[in-house]
Amino acid sequence: MEAYLDNSATTRCLDAAVEKMTEALTVNFGNPSSLHMKGVDAEEYLKEARHNIAKSLGVSDKEIYFTSGGSESNNTAIIGTAEVRKRYGNKIITTSVEHASVKNPMRYLTEHGYEVVYLNVDENGIIDLEQLRNEVDENTILVSIMHVNNEIGAIEPIEEVSKIIKEKNPECLFHVDAIQSYGKIKIRPKELGIDFLSVSGHKINGPKGSGFLFVKDGDRLAPRIYGGGQEKGLRSGTENVPAIAGLGVAAKYADEHLEEHREKFYSLKERFINAISGIEDIHINGKTGRDSAPQIISVSVYGVRAEVLLHALEDKGIYVSSGSACSSNHPSQSSTLQSIHVKREALDSTVRFSLGIFNTEEQIDYAAKTLSELVPQLRRFTRK
Amino acid sequence: MYKAFLIKYGEIGIKGKNRRLFEDALIKNIKIALDRVEGEFEVTREQGRVYVEAKSEFDYDRTVEALRKVFGIVEICPACLTETRDFEDLAKEIIEFIDRTYEKKDFTFKVFAKRADKKYPMNSMEINVELGSRILDAFPDLKVDVHKPEIELNVEIREVVSYYSESIKGLGGMPVGTNGSAMLLLSGGIDSPVAGYMVAKRGVKIDAVYFHAPPYTSERAKKKVIDLCRIVSEYAGPIRLHIVNFTDTQLEIYEKCPHDQLTIIMRRYMMKIAEAFADKDGSLGLVTGESIGQVASQTMHSMFVTNEVCKYPVYRPLIGFDKQEIIEKSLEIGTYETSILPFEDCCTIFVAKHPETKPRLNIIKKNEENLNDTIDALVQTAIDTTETIVVEPED
Repeated sequence: MEAYLDNSATTRCLDAAVEKMTEALTVNFGNPSSLHMKGVDAEEYLKEARHNIAKSLGVSDKEIYFTSGGSESNNTAIIGTAEVRKRYGNKIITTSVEHASVKNPMRYLTEHGYEVVYLNVDENGIIDLEQLRNEVDENTILVSIMHVNNEIGAIEPIEEVSKIIKEKNPECLFHVDAIQSYGKIKIRPKELGIDFLSVSGHKINGPKGSGFLFVKDGDRLAPRIYGGGQEKGLRSGTENVPAIAGLGVAAKYADEHLEEHREKFYSLKERFINAISGIEDIHINGKTGRDSAPQIISVSVYGVRAEVLLHALEDKGIYVSSGSACSSNHPSQSSTLQSIHVKREALDSTVRFSLGIFNTEEQIDYAAKTLSELVPQLRRFTRK
Repeated sequence: MYKAFLIKYGEIGIKGKNRRLFEDALIKNIKIALDRVEGEFEVTREQGRVYVEAKSEFDYDRTVEALRKVFGIVEICPACLTETRDFEDLAKEIIEFIDRTYEKKDFTFKVFAKRADKKYPMNSMEINVELGSRILDAFPDLKVDVHKPEIELNVEIREVVSYYSESIKGLGGMPVGTNGSAMLLLSGGIDSPVAGYMVAKRGVKIDAVYFHAPPYTSERAKKKVIDLCRIVSEYAGPIRLHIVNFTDTQLEIYEKCPHDQLTIIMRRYMMKIAEAFADKDGSLGLVTGESIGQVASQTMHSMFVTNEVCKYPVYRPLIGFDKQEIIEKSLEIGTYETSILPFEDCCTIFVAKHPETKPRLNIIKKNEENLNDTIDALVQTAIDTTETIVVEPED
């Protein structure tokens, strides 16, 4: 049996999205900027995708900007705001558990004279709201907080964050990295007071190289790419029409099936956690109930190196991540796990199981059973 | 502009009766190297010289690059070959050559003629003088400097007449295939690919063994070794790579033997398995990337104990190199970038915090007795289930 349980790394693309993309590549392959019919036909894909995405968030079409994915959306929102709002202040607040595509733009801004404050998190990965309240001041131009943590599935209290920001400094803008939450948790940026929201296509069964940034009407951002002025000048370059078409299909599908998927994930998650609870000396990081993300399960297996466990599972057709896939190619340890005070010896012993819409109960049972069998075998051989 | 290369080779020119054999191998290897370059080439030989002549349009840079990876070549000289034998006509042709090759005609030069064809009416000295004066007549701003000329204009009168003024350094060494073959113990590290390169440079054909330990080492670690093998094969020619599944053997040693001796005992079994493939492939020796004292398993004591199981000679071309010297060599060869990719190999995965650095043979042998019941079968299975692939340079 095969069980792909690395859906927070990436997902299989929907067939309907692939079909639409093929059509956009072979039939209506025009450049949306062209004045002739081929261009007009291509532009239809953009309009349709933009509309479906806007609808899923309850925002207006003109507030959606297409990007190449989550990393670009995060970079654009953060660096773009810092540049535009330089004269209002130089302080930015974020968390110690962000993805590299937020953490590294922050590092870049620190080198360029901005003051970046990293909020602490508790043992479940939830940020300290009191610290936030103390930090937001007149000099703060941006708060950037992820909605769902990619490594342990913690859900950050963005509604409270938004309230605190508006209370302390109504001019301060709010960016949310929703890459792991979009399609799993209903988001209403208008009600939550969100200015910028990043989403990636390939995490929701769309194609890689697709994504969008919601920008609240009236907010301005400095572009990262200059050129022909596409996406109202925020993101020049001929639009990736097939990817956007696929993204539109995936977003619509994710939105229409959100409740159904959420219930399915929570039920699979519970089933998996119950099934592995008998394994000795393991720990599930973060919260595990309905107050955690439905699709992410972070498991520390004491005494077994994550990479070894990963390859042993792979050998049985089960695909998972060690830490988060984006940081696991580097030997450096996860800062999220360090932030939630995972025991030192477990930092290198943590794997992430992440669920997707194609997973079945049989796969979950198989993965749990295989894990239960492998752990004692692998524990016989550890570095002394 | 150049249509030909004159290939100079050193050592192989003086090997007496074997010379023909060496030259044949060199020509064969040049042809193989040029197969990967676009264009038609003719490779011919005459009295201690090999000529490469392009018979079609060709990519000059890629041709030079390919020739620079052939062991046995000392110098590559982009040259003009000509049918002209009459001295006056030849002088005219060479003056035209200087005219189009050098934009500024204000350098110092000397003519260096070699007359191997003794029937030619002028001797080398006369050619030097006569040609030099004609060149000076044509370009009055040039100066002759016989000691340290900026440009050395070489003219060779053989059956083929050639002239050239440029020389690119080759790798030296001897043509691969002229010195038997050896079995390289290849890991994913920096050292072993360099060791393989060094031995291949002396004309030895290389085959290799890699010890794979899934799930403790990843598919990517294996891919990395294949990539390293491919880079070495650009110099050494096709390499048979034996990928041994070493997990069960390694775990057995881990369970039955003292942990601080794991690496030494493991390496003794690696040598045994490598020798099994050396037998199969007809190798005449093993090659490792060891250098004295680099790690615990490479102290004199450790290597004494490891070596004790071997019936083949073990060649350790890096034995006196410091790490930095090995790194520089791997940068030169082009394996460094791949070697430093962070995937664990089977030597590091179970390594003890304080491995034995002064093992004693009798103690190691005593502890290996714990393996008596099982190890032969495990080693045999490892050999029988080995995957063998031939790794060749990329097109």
